[in-house]
Amino acid sequence: MKNMGDIADADQTLIDPSQEIVQHLPAMRAFALSLTRSSSHADDLVQDAIMKAWENLHSFQAGTNMRAWLFTILRNTFYSDQRKRKREVQDSDGTFAATLSEKPDHDGRLAMAEFEQAFVQLKTEQREALMLVGAMGFSYEEAALTCGVALGTVKSRVNRARLRLSELLELKEGEPLDLTDSQTKAVLGAERPVRGDAA
Amino acid sequence: MDQDGPKTSLEEQIEENLRKVYQRTLEEQVPDRFMDLLEKLRQQDEKHG
Repeated sequence: MKNMGDIADADQTLIDPSQEIVQHLPAMRAFALSLTRSSSHADDLVQDAIMKAWENLHSFQAGTNMRAWLFTILRNTFYSDQRKRKREVQDSDGTFAATLSEKPDHDGRLAMAEFEQAFVQLKTEQREALMLVGAMGFSYEEAALTCGVALGTVKSRVNRARLRLSELLELKEGEPLDLTDSQTKAVLGAERPVRGDAA
Repeated sequence: MDQDGPKTSLEEQIEENLRKVYQRTLEEQVPDRFMDLLEKLRQQDEKHG
């Protein structure tokens, strides 16, 4: 086993590529989830992407951005699956939100669940652009490369995604939260008066 | 990364939530199936050179 100290002067494959893939697995899962909106589908997608990446490791240039390379494979796999399937299975049933949801914050900030409900309504291309740039810290250039589109396209997708999210969320801003969960209701009730239905 | 005082602008909250969603998944344990798969692929390669 090589360790980090031993590989400084090697000029071929510096790190066992499978080790490097491991480092990117959490990010791949996050990206897959933002595309598929379903955690089981996301993990299947990651698995397919790993196999494709492995078959094509020879085409990966050592020293370049493996994360972007893996993401490209992952999204290509996703879109080709979608084309094969033709009919898009509507999976935006809240699986994504259910995986990650939490109780609304007490200070009136957007509840994460609410945010996710809005996020899953975005177009796939908007979700992926926003996820890459807004959450994962990809530069626009990196995101454009990953998605195989022009820089301007990524920028406009990100902007449209933000705008759409704002629209979706603004509708609810200022309105009382949809209190369907009695526990939430109790928590919020203790923090601030519940408008409308406080006796 | 400083977050003194709640920023209420929707824009800010969108960014914040995005990062939270991402962070949440990052922190999840990676399922064993992926490590198993990589191990399998590695062994395959060793066999076939």
